[in-house]
Amino acid sequence: MTIKTTPNGFTLDNAGQRVVVDPVTRIEGHMRAEVNIDENNMITNAVSSGTMWRGLEVILKGRDPRDAWAFTQRICGVCTGTHALTSVRAVEDSLGISIPENANCIRNIMQLSLQVHDHLVHFYHLHALDWVNPVNALKADPKATSALQQQVSPSHPNSSPGYFRDIQNRLKKFVESGQLGPFKNGYWTNPAYLLPPEADLMAVTHYLEALDFQKEIMKTRTIFGGKDTHPNWTVGGTPSPINVDGVGGVGGLNMASLNQVHQILKDSKTFIDNVYIPDLLAIAQFYKGWLYGGGISGQSVMAYGDIPDRANDYSPENLMMPSGAIINGDLSKVHDVDLRDPEQIREYVPHSWYDYPDGADGLHPWDGVTEPKFDISTAKGDRHHIEELDEDAKYSWIKAPRWRGHAMEVGPLARYVIGYAKGDKEITEQINFVLKTLDVPVDALFSTLGRTAARGLEAAWCADKQLYFFDKLMTNIKNGDSATHSGDKWDPKDWPAESKGVGFTEAPRGALAHWVKIKDTKIDNYQCVVPTTWNGSPRDADGNIGAFEAALMNTKVERPNEPVEILRSLHSFDPCLACSTHVMSEDGEELANVTTSPIGL
Amino acid sequence: MIETFYDVMRRQGITRRSFLKYCSLTASAMGLGPALAPKIAHAMETKPRIPVLWLHGLECTCCSESFIRSAHPLVKDVILSMISLDYDDTIMASAGHEAEAIVEEIVEKHKGNYILACEGNPGLDEDKTGGMSCIIGGKPYTEQLRYAAKDAMAIISWGSCASWGCVQAAKPNPTRATPIHKVPELGNAPIIKVPGCPPIAEVMTGVVTYILTFGKLPSLDRQGRPLMFYSQRIHDKCYRRPHFDAGQFVEAFDDESARKGYCLYKMGCKGPTTYNACSTVRWNGGLSFPIQAGHPCIGCSEDGFWDKGAFYDRLTSIDAFGVESNADKVGGTAAAVVGAATAVHAAASVIKRVRQKGDQE
Repeated sequence: MTIKTTPNGFTLDNAGQRVVVDPVTRIEGHMRAEVNIDENNMITNAVSSGTMWRGLEVILKGRDPRDAWAFTQRICGVCTGTHALTSVRAVEDSLGISIPENANCIRNIMQLSLQVHDHLVHFYHLHALDWVNPVNALKADPKATSALQQQVSPSHPNSSPGYFRDIQNRLKKFVESGQLGPFKNGYWTNPAYLLPPEADLMAVTHYLEALDFQKEIMKTRTIFGGKDTHPNWTVGGTPSPINVDGVGGVGGLNMASLNQVHQILKDSKTFIDNVYIPDLLAIAQFYKGWLYGGGISGQSVMAYGDIPDRANDYSPENLMMPSGAIINGDLSKVHDVDLRDPEQIREYVPHSWYDYPDGADGLHPWDGVTEPKFDISTAKGDRHHIEELDEDAKYSWIKAPRWRGHAMEVGPLARYVIGYAKGDKEITEQINFVLKTLDVPVDALFSTLGRTAARGLEAAWCADKQLYFFDKLMTNIKNGDSATHSGDKWDPKDWPAESKGVGFTEAPRGALAHWVKIKDTKIDNYQCVVPTTWNGSPRDADGNIGAFEAALMNTKVERPNEPVEILRSLHSFDPCLACSTHVMSEDGEELANVTTSPIGL
Repeated sequence: MIETFYDVMRRQGITRRSFLKYCSLTASAMGLGPALAPKIAHAMETKPRIPVLWLHGLECTCCSESFIRSAHPLVKDVILSMISLDYDDTIMASAGHEAEAIVEEIVEKHKGNYILACEGNPGLDEDKTGGMSCIIGGKPYTEQLRYAAKDAMAIISWGSCASWGCVQAAKPNPTRATPIHKVPELGNAPIIKVPGCPPIAEVMTGVVTYILTFGKLPSLDRQGRPLMFYSQRIHDKCYRRPHFDAGQFVEAFDDESARKGYCLYKMGCKGPTTYNACSTVRWNGGLSFPIQAGHPCIGCSEDGFWDKGAFYDRLTSIDAFGVESNADKVGGTAAAVVGAATAVHAAASVIKRVRQKGDQE
């Protein structure tokens, strides 16, 4: 039994009962959580472990940098495209390639569509079952549900008592069949579920509506990128040419396809405004007393910024999503983040299944090296069966990135806290509206619920900004500019012998950056630090715990064998484990290793 | 009370009469003769939804994301009415022990009667990753996979990861990621490969509903892919094919030829060597496909497509694609080829008309 206080202010005590959740479900990829609870069922120690690793970065070595977007896109099929966008930006930065304004508009629409889709699907299909009880929905009165619907969202057309009765009947049949499918073995008698049956029925109905609707949102990306999941991107612009008034117009983006994009963008905004936001507020009303899960969101948050208004300018002033870092809970000071500065972002591995050569401490991604070192010899269990991890040893496939030594939270809440601290007008208005509607103080933001609310607000913001960039695109075309790709430096003959670059985005889950080095027209080194690496980080050498672990601390668990509360707080980050488990390799020496050692993402 | 296939069909507006007709058609399609039609009808009236265990190994979840984009059928209807998706760690409510208990329950209760859907693959490397590059419930994913595979009625290998290995198996394959059919000690369940990164949504739901509707597995090619979706190359059915035949090529993104929608072969298009349904079924409800959006096909449904040269490098030779020439030659003699091709097309059309006439008579 040990009691420790971490430098970032958490008291860890691993004396009580150990509760293990593996797999953590309703996330992307594979993850394990272990907590200790005291006699009052309060969590006193938290351990989160990334339990998968694929080795992508090393696979990229020696490849054509123009292909890197396709490889990195396969890091994740949920935030599909955001790695591809980060990658083409990194390569463009490295080679000094500028893209046309139209390509910037189209890329922004694709990225914003992803945000809208990802946030919506996360809320309804990955997160909702932490708050919503589908079995309880069977007790609802369809008339009362209809009244509730009309009260929270008068503009949503699907609101009649008959509509809810039909859904309820279908649900009833489903439950009575005894084949509960995805709802099987859920925690439906747990007192942690607080919604009245009518709110449950409304939310389950929208679970199904959102499942139908989400496939429409991504159609913009199918028009611009040919398919979704995993649309196509290109270094230097976007692949689909614009031809609204010439021979073969049907071969490119034409008036019909642009109209379709416009319609989808308008419908997306309507759905977010009429369904997602009202549901979010309605559900939050019943849970606003459950303010666990703040973790480090009130002290250390970071964003790189994204959505350049004009093409090729990645300065904070031109980025419509906020950037910066807040540390020690001091909201009056937002620090600039420089991805090229070797002193700022560094990754550590004392508790990750990797090893640095020569006892190196933290390494900037540019100089990152990793040698995997899977070792569970001090964990409980045997070599093919982990019963309990040993958090004093190595315990995760995720590394521990730090900004100037601080564990940071990234994601929608981080972006919104930074935007709020910087006085961003739209973000401040949105936050104030929610605080007022729910009648909660600003501190309520720093919680699991705050994270979930920020994601919804951001979806609304993104839905709005998509239309802004659509208008901008149409204005450009009206003014006679239809360029979508810069052929400049497409040919590797025109590249310098050596170059390096950084690309960054705000992925749905938070700040994302790729670092690339190009040598003799091939990738010499490629590295990614992704949002879930930040949030899901294990402890560092100083003992600082990461954002997931911090968010689980001091939470009351109603029934230890039914980990609803643990899932709730972890899900509020929208974990993406395929993204987070990565390693890197560096120079020629390393490359020799590469063929025999599992290195990469 | 169990919702059966019959209930589902009735709810979708199919009359009793049409249902019975459908059963006799199915009987004859399966070569069973009309006498068995009532038996099929009885089975469909009483059979519960088929349990599906959807396991995730090393992957990126793009297959699940594609699956939920299915327009027909809607994925809502697949989950509520067609299958019983009892385990899928991406969407299931329960977690940890409660989730793992479901795999055991289904395997025990429905031996030989459930479908195992695999997304991703296991990493078999023991050397550097201790066989633990993918851990489920504290154990290697390989264990869960083997346990669920041995009593499965059939295994569906979703996507290029499960079918071929895909990106994590690209050189140098650091985790020894291994496609499902090459995993040792997996048992004898038939494996259907549905490759693509990801596969098209309607191809995925098409394979599932084929099995449910016809009560058998679809016909497969020698590699184990459903013939109905993977027996022809994208190039064979590409709407830009006439530009290929005419020697009209895009030379650079956004050039005049790109705006006219010419052939992307010279941009590195892998359509001529890729077996998939993109140019026919298309993506996201038949809306578009990569070539239509101006990007060359990267061949994502082919075995080892990551290691077959850069995506923008032109295929240097294409075997058996009609015009026995490469694109430069075709381009160089465009007029002559167009003339010859037209003549061939004309002759072919006459033959077709005669044959159709013959069929009708």
